[in-house]
Formats: sequence, structure tokens, C-alpha cells
Amino acid sequence: MEDDGNDKGKNKYSIIVPTYNERLNIALLVYLVFKHLRDVDFEIIVVDDGSPDGTQEIVEQLQNVYGEDRILLRPRAKKLGLGTAYIHGLKHASGNFVVIMDADLSHHPKYLPSFIKKQLETGASIVTGTRYVKGGGVHGWNLMRKLTSRGANVLAQTLLWPGVSDLTGSFRLYKKWVLEDVISSCVSKGYVFQMEMIVRASRKGYLIEEVPITFVDRVYGSSKLGGSEIVEYLKGLAYLLVTT
Amino acid sequence: MKRIIKIITLLVAVSALWIGLLQTSVLPHSYTWLLPMYSIVSLGCYGLLMVGVGLMRFPTCPHEAVLLQQDVVEAKEFLKQRGVDVSGSD
Repeated sequence: MEDDGNDKGKNKYSIIVPTYNERLNIALLVYLVFKHLRDVDFEIIVVDDGSPDGTQEIVEQLQNVYGEDRILLRPRAKKLGLGTAYIHGLKHASGNFVVIMDADLSHHPKYLPSFIKKQLETGASIVTGTRYVKGGGVHGWNLMRKLTSRGANVLAQTLLWPGVSDLTGSFRLYKKWVLEDVISSCVSKGYVFQMEMIVRASRKGYLIEEVPITFVDRVYGSSKLGGSEIVEYLKGLAYLLVTT
Repeated sequence: MKRIIKIITLLVAVSALWIGLLQTSVLPHSYTWLLPMYSIVSLGCYGLLMVGVGLMRFPTCPHEAVLLQQDVVEAKEFLKQRGVDVSGSD
């Protein structure tokens, strides 16, 4: 079909990073991406949802350091949700591969080379980072958070049988046309969106490979999983049961 | 086929098997009547066991937090020299 990147030298990776009030983290992230991706053609597309903390000014300063062709600022007026942020970023992506990652440094750019390597070795359409295998892991979660995470995972594995060990992780590498294809059929929000993406991709028969990643939760308390999140998750699960 | 159809098909097949067992009385009726209860209980046990095992073997990475902190210091140093404003709380 489209350019699947059999020729290593021609591959370009577009890293889409949605931000909201990440002025410090986006700077650290950009530095780390440039540090760890040395011999790779890539661009970073920052989709900022009108952060009041000056995230966009920092991105402009970073453009002065690294170049406007390497760091693209594609802001939106207000907070419009994660799924549409990826679609917005995709419109401006010039690579044949797209990487999606969080700006808060819970996803470390040092894993990017292993995503790329895995894709080149296997020709996979999607490489997804998983926290739940050897070499992966999580830091900063209390017992309750771990318990809900495991419970949610067992439930989803038993009911959906997706063939992927980490459904709600959002550190992933896609062939660009595959992401465009999958994202158009997804309607969920938040982290249910990540689950819907990978389940739909799996049902469509795309080859999905996994690489271990570690997940350091630095913003303590922000990822508390409350009752409403659990209800959202169960609704998402039911939705995927009847639609995929 | 939608996932829910697959699951319902499986449930229907299992119930058909169970009704068959009731009709033919291969097993004593009192046993057969209890079979659905046993299967629900064992399914629950399986779930709890999987969650328990998952919790016990939950991979953690405290050293990664330390490494990240070093990266943060290094990045701040580099960016500050090049005129990027990295002040502000972390």
C-alpha cells in the first residue's frame, strides 16, 4: 500500500505530543528525544491546547535551538480531547511513521530506539510499549492503583482477548496510514481511547508488536483512579464488547 | 464476529451441554444442578488468582525514577545555556 519503510534510510518519524500546561516537561522531553534519536530523521509535533502556563512560548524557544523544521508547534484554541489532538497532529505529520507519547515524561524518550528497531525487525504496523512484561515496570503507584490496574487488565484480557498485554498504555509507534485508518473508527475518550485503538487495530488484523517500557509517575496523585474512572472504563469495555 | 456474540455463543453452547446432562442423567441430578454454581465460583477464583498473581509480580522500577531525575538535571543545564526558560516548579 503506502510507504511502509522497507528502506531504512528513507524512514521519517513524526512524534506527536499533545500538551496542556507542560512548559517544563516539553523542554525536557525535546532535549531527551534529540539525545536518544541521533541517526534518525524525525520531527516533533507539539499539539498544545491553549495552555495558560506559556507552554507555547517555551516551544518557540526550543524551535530557536533545534530548528522550526524539527519542532512543529500546531496549537489549538482550547482543550479539545486526546483523540482529536492526534488527528490534528497527524494532519501536519510528514513522516511515514508516527510516534505517540505523553509529554509528562512518564514515557521516556530513551525507549524510542527500541520501538524503531522492533518495527524494522518485524515490519509491524504498530509497536506498543508495555509496562507489564520483563524489562518493563511502573514507579509511583500505590497498592490501590496497582490493584485496579491488574483487575482492569484481567477483565479486559478475559473478555476482549486482544493479544496485547498493556491495553491502556499510550506510548506507541504506528505506520502513518495505519494510524489514520484506525483513528477514524475510534470514538472513546481518555485512556479508553487507547484501549479502543489497540483493540480495533488487532481486530483489523494489523501486526502488533510489543516492547517493554518503564513508566515513572512523577506527578503524584494525578493518576488516582477514582470511581468515575472505573465506571468510564467499564462502559468502554462494554462498548468494545458489542462493537468489535 | 462481534466479541459479545462469541461470548453469548459460548454461553449458549455450555447451557445446551448442561441441559443435555440434565436430560440424560449421566450424572446424578443433584450434581448436575450444582454444576453452574461450581463453574461461576471457579471463574471467580480464576479472576482473583490472576489479579493476585499480577499484583505479586507487578514489575516496579524505582531505579528509573532516579535515572529520570538525573536526566532532568542534565536537560535543564543544557537548555538553560541555550536560552530556554526552564525555571518554574517541576
